[in-house]
Amino acid sequence: MPDDAMESAPQAPAPVRHHETVVTGPMEHDITDGGPDMVQFVDGDGNRLPTSPANEAYAKIVEDLTGEDGRSMYRDLVLVRRIDAEGHALQRQGELGLWPSLLGQEAAQVGAGRAMRRQDYAFPGYREHGVAWCRDVPPENLLGMFRGVNHGGWDSNANNFHLYTIVIGNQMLHATGYAMGVQRDGDVGTGDPERDTAVMAFTGDGGTAQGDYNEALVFAGVANAPLVFFVQNNQWAISEPNYKQFRIPPYQRARGFGFPGVRVDGNDVLAVYAVTKAALDAARAGQGPTLIEAFTYRMGAHTTSDDPTKYRIAAEVDIWREKDPIARMRGFLASKGHADEEFFDSVDKEADELAARIRKACQEMPDPPKPAMFDNVYVDPHPVVEREKADFIAYQASFEGGK
Amino acid sequence: MTAQKLSLAKGLNAGLRKAMEDDPKVVLMGEDVGKLGGVFRITEGLQKDFGEDRVIDTPLAEAGIVGTAIGLALRGYRPVVEIQFDGFIYPAFDQIVSQVSKMHARSLGHLRLPMVIRVPFGGGIGAVEHHSESNEAYFAHTAGLRVVSCADPADAYWMIQQAIFSDDPVLFYEPKRRYHERAEVELDEAAGAPMPLHGARVARPGDDVTVLTYGPMVKTCLDAAGAAEGEGKSLEVIDLRSLSPLDTDTIFASVRKTGRCVVVHEASTFLAMGAELAAQVQRECFYSLEAPVMRVGGYNIPYPPSRFEEDFLPDLDRILDSVDQALAF
Repeated sequence: MPDDAMESAPQAPAPVRHHETVVTGPMEHDITDGGPDMVQFVDGDGNRLPTSPANEAYAKIVEDLTGEDGRSMYRDLVLVRRIDAEGHALQRQGELGLWPSLLGQEAAQVGAGRAMRRQDYAFPGYREHGVAWCRDVPPENLLGMFRGVNHGGWDSNANNFHLYTIVIGNQMLHATGYAMGVQRDGDVGTGDPERDTAVMAFTGDGGTAQGDYNEALVFAGVANAPLVFFVQNNQWAISEPNYKQFRIPPYQRARGFGFPGVRVDGNDVLAVYAVTKAALDAARAGQGPTLIEAFTYRMGAHTTSDDPTKYRIAAEVDIWREKDPIARMRGFLASKGHADEEFFDSVDKEADELAARIRKACQEMPDPPKPAMFDNVYVDPHPVVEREKADFIAYQASFEGGK
Repeated sequence: MTAQKLSLAKGLNAGLRKAMEDDPKVVLMGEDVGKLGGVFRITEGLQKDFGEDRVIDTPLAEAGIVGTAIGLALRGYRPVVEIQFDGFIYPAFDQIVSQVSKMHARSLGHLRLPMVIRVPFGGGIGAVEHHSESNEAYFAHTAGLRVVSCADPADAYWMIQQAIFSDDPVLFYEPKRRYHERAEVELDEAAGAPMPLHGARVARPGDDVTVLTYGPMVKTCLDAAGAAEGEGKSLEVIDLRSLSPLDTDTIFASVRKTGRCVVVHEASTFLAMGAELAAQVQRECFYSLEAPVMRVGGYNIPYPPSRFEEDFLPDLDRILDSVDQALAF
């Protein structure tokens, strides 16, 4: 345990019998309770939970964290929420065409993102603003596609964070293939922490129904690829709840593909970090894939185009508000004496500054020159694209004063 | 002596081998491509020589094959995917159209997907359903992809290598009923540079009618030209080789010379390659044309049971019938 240990390990309770897997009926899912298999370290009030059969395998990772680690995670949670709020506001003010909010999923994304190493590679869906933040992707980069000036356009290899993928589940296969490439490069199981590489594939509960998702799990299992599938189960796929997506929760399905699945409290950043770190370490060491189901909740709408009052009740949102990932971490840090009001205030101030920076960058983001739409369709010269681009430029120039 | 008599299948095999020798990042993947060498034996012996990491027997899932090939390409590999039969490509359609074709553009040029998707296509082999289709137009329609088809052993050998070393994704259509046609193949580049991947080839010069074709129909059209010669009609047969982009210079020059154009392919004619070719030829060769552009292709029905296919597919008589119609104008 480090000198600046964030906590002392709580007293272990009497062992309890581990929960047996039960196949639930379609209507029996409790969307507010992750069940006894769920790995959790901090409850909704910020209290450190005792070691249990579900979390004991990960306790050491949490115990090794320092107070500074905890403060830094809290900072990420707050900044990520603020990035998201700013994206939402910019859409409402007409600066963005759309924004998919991650509100409520900050801990799932920060915990996962922070567990990754520099050389690891993330394949996101389109809601992973928190993972992007942890990969040091400038938040401004995420805005272009939602403003309509590009389809993503950032250099994925600058931060090992692939472009957002909008077709649900496509990216799971890209991650799997990338991990197969890592294997062929020999960057697995060398014992060199700078070299051994793992890949993370992100999707949601809706994504688990896709063929691509299931094929990715098949391919990854067969290849024993260095891969962590990270499913943010936020309970809702636009308007469809879990019971319309699956009969067995995602973490239990992993076993059918030949590798372990773990359900973690997606609103507990320490638990998500610990579970993801363990899975990534195993992947880098050559032990193959893990599926992590982060049990969380989409507090907002699917996107700014959605109206969740049509299909879900406010009482459900209220229950989840009590599980808020930021309030929880704040309570934990305060109760442990790792952070004070001055620290929390300073993070809020930093969030204000970040929001102002993002807002300015968005408002000043120029529209690309019109002929740019013909660029990069092909790597090598292509006669059709070149001719159409030339024709387009000539046509535009034919208007009085040019265009 | 660097020329060898090879079948089209062996030409592909030799081309794949050469590409794998030239670049360790070239990997082959597909169903049964390893020990078995593929159902058509195109990859025969390659796993034995290059190992299981470079010749990958994949699970039986086409979206998975193409999707993981994308990931390998993103990691710096040059995957060559085998789709076992034309009619099995549709599970991968989403990955090809949504991801393969768009990745370079949506990354503003940061990412490249130098991958090849090999598709044995066309009918005439008496196969069961889904094993005889010609679906090249779907992909030729999709911006971001390149689509080519080889028709003889020499092109098989050279074009597969050119496709593999293209930095753009290439759909590579192989005329499966011609896999066993044999011809001399010059294996040494020094003995004469191969044609560019996207150039069309005048397979047989002629004066009266231009016949535009590709893949398995090249041989049929050459046979038709031979028969027409006996009747005093001179057909110029052009093997398009590249379906996207088209080598329009070669096409237009021929039509301007002959004044007549017949397009021949196995695919059903509605919105197929012939439609695009007819539109472009009438626009660019309008004052040279003596007759409307004719199209000969499969009928616009699902590919029929094999007892019908002889009548479904264009043959010598149907091609010559269209040639006669063009000449009668």
